[in-house]
Amino acid sequence: MSNAESTGVLTGSHYLDGDHACSEGAIAAGCRFASGYPITPSTEVVERLSQRFPHVGGRFQQFEDELAASIALQGATWGGAKTITVTSGPGFSLMMEHIGLAAITETPCVFVNVQRAGPSTGLPTQPAQGDMMQARFGSHGDYRLITVCPNSPQESFDLTLEAFNLAEEYRVPVIVMLDEVVGHMTEKVVIPPAEKLKVTERRWTTKKPGEYKPFDANGGLVPDMVKAGDGYRIHVTGLTHDERGYPNMTVPAHEKMQMRLTDKILKNVDKIVRFDAQDLDGAEVVVVSYGITSRIAQKAIADARQQGIRVGSFRLITAWPFPEKQIAELSKKVKAFVVPELNLGQMVLEVERIANGRCRTIPVPHVGGTVHDPSVILKKIQEAVR
Amino acid sequence: MTIVRENPVEKYLRMERMPSIWCPGCGIGTTVNCFARALDGSGFDLDKVAIVSGIGCTGRVAGYLKLDSFHTTHGRAIPFATGLKLANPELKVVVYSGDGDLSAIGGNHLFHAARRNADLLVVCVNNFTYGMTGGQVTPTTPYPAIASTTPYGAYEETFNLPGVVAAAGATFVARWTAYHVKQLAKTMGEALGKKGFRFIEIIAPCPTLYLRRNRLGEGLEEMKYYQEKSVIKNGADPKDVAIDYREEIIVGKFVDVERPTLEEAMEKRMGEALGAKYVPYKQPGKMSPRA
Amino acid sequence: MTTATKPAAKKKNFRGVVVIKHEQCKGCGFCVEFCPLGALALDKGYNAKGYHPPHFAKPELCNGCDMCGLYCPDFAIFGYREKLDDAA
Repeated sequence: MSNAESTGVLTGSHYLDGDHACSEGAIAAGCRFASGYPITPSTEVVERLSQRFPHVGGRFQQFEDELAASIALQGATWGGAKTITVTSGPGFSLMMEHIGLAAITETPCVFVNVQRAGPSTGLPTQPAQGDMMQARFGSHGDYRLITVCPNSPQESFDLTLEAFNLAEEYRVPVIVMLDEVVGHMTEKVVIPPAEKLKVTERRWTTKKPGEYKPFDANGGLVPDMVKAGDGYRIHVTGLTHDERGYPNMTVPAHEKMQMRLTDKILKNVDKIVRFDAQDLDGAEVVVVSYGITSRIAQKAIADARQQGIRVGSFRLITAWPFPEKQIAELSKKVKAFVVPELNLGQMVLEVERIANGRCRTIPVPHVGGTVHDPSVILKKIQEAVR
Repeated sequence: MTIVRENPVEKYLRMERMPSIWCPGCGIGTTVNCFARALDGSGFDLDKVAIVSGIGCTGRVAGYLKLDSFHTTHGRAIPFATGLKLANPELKVVVYSGDGDLSAIGGNHLFHAARRNADLLVVCVNNFTYGMTGGQVTPTTPYPAIASTTPYGAYEETFNLPGVVAAAGATFVARWTAYHVKQLAKTMGEALGKKGFRFIEIIAPCPTLYLRRNRLGEGLEEMKYYQEKSVIKNGADPKDVAIDYREEIIVGKFVDVERPTLEEAMEKRMGEALGAKYVPYKQPGKMSPRA
Repeated sequence: MTTATKPAAKKKNFRGVVVIKHEQCKGCGFCVEFCPLGALALDKGYNAKGYHPPHFAKPELCNGCDMCGLYCPDFAIFGYREKLDDAA
């Protein structure tokens, strides 16, 4: 871990919306290259980066489409920079092929999706949380990524910075899932001084050219990284490959590669999973929520507690990998999970799967376009304890 | 005393991966040979030359060259390369891909990179087909050639690649065929030393798909056709170099001008607008022990 | 009758050498066709993959220009010029 470069860290107390806080999180993490394409409600992130980067030695390039943006940042990563791109639903769909490329080439970079209501053009200026499964399964094939869900502008800053750290630690693309409300709500964001920030540097190899292999994890799970131009003469391909990076399109090679890519995340799940648990002891019902919905749920939970219901809160900070262990444990102790989401049931499927019938799982779906009314969630909590 | 020397191009190739997957008589290998010769004569620090390719037979070039090489997704080598170059300005970045990859699925990126004058050398091997997937029609397949998805003959108007790329703003545009090995190596060497968006189209044989389906013989027959029907017209107007089926092929260097590259334009505008407040992008430092 | 004196044939102080990697060749025939001096021909025999690689049919014609090498799509042949010892 090292401290963030002092240039760029906007130390101080600010009023920022989630989009703007996300930009500052990237800059504080040392990100100095961003690619982008305008799409509501994410555009402000790149607008701010385009305005701030020239003051801190960064480069932002707007590309002709999200297909270009989602691969340009990977080129920049291999050039040696920390990189980010930002989009919303329709652009996220376009970026899927390249998210898969980043997964198989183990390219550390950050993708931000400020979710809006879909499908297709949908409601461009209104919120939803309808891309959660897409963040996990959107690209073709099997792969594992890390996805974080801020629920406030402060968390947009914190978790974007953390996303860069996770990307470097595990040599994996990380997805930051905001939504239009968190993106556009203005709250206090406190940015500490640079020396207080924990920033993970890239796992630069200590091996020499000739010794280094770009996909050799050296007995561990995560390979070291290099950049082009330093004499390593690497080969990186989206085809199934061996440790040298050369295409090896056989079943054994594919299995070896795939299992390491999966284990890289799953065997480190305890270190990666982040959640915010409140009042779980003795809880009869636990509300599982994330993003903006967790803010609404707070009101419903408070009201329920006032009515004497022993209700706890389990907020997903990392949606993926999913906190299976914790939900499995809870499912043995509670009567029900209540899962409000701004979608017609996505993360609730995971909760239900993990609970495996040991308790009830009560979805609180919403088509999106606005947030839940707390009373709707409260009603489901009451139903859960009946 | 006879000294058996090593082929001078071998140091640019990942010889452990030979023989290549390319068919007998395929022209791609010949273009790579010319490229390796161009590198050999250039004196550039090859640690700083990076190659990016897309998907297809020509896309496999990245896997055979012993440079920092990136085999990316179909049609998207150019934006990858643009990002690579913007993040690491001291690299010389070459995109090596085929006609379908660059002008069909990658067309949007091709034209925007030319417009921006992104500092890239794009080598486009045009064999008039999507070879890897079995010989489908591409934007350059001429009327009325047979392709697997135009079994009764291609019927669309085609791209005159030098014409469209020049119109989009490329500052260096040339075309040779795989027959013109000496000229091609020379042009590649020249282009490597320049800045801005450089585009070299190379007409090359695809014996297994395009030639066989159209009963045009083997790779050698096609090379003889290039020899016979090529007309060298350096300085020709790129608008006038369209290729008709089995007609003459105009080759040569068509465009060679200078204008600010993407980076230069970016830096200039930032500098002008921000003055002393502008903090230019810093080349990422060396971070690993070198041999 | 004037007798034009033919200049004495200049003794070549170099020879062309061609190195062929038989097993890497795919028998495309470019080198044979485009050798400007016709020094190569395809072998009647074939390599392990079933291709007919070239053989150095007329070494006395070769000047080491390496056009064969430049054309080869498989990097299976190259030529070079070797200086002959004056004493040889």
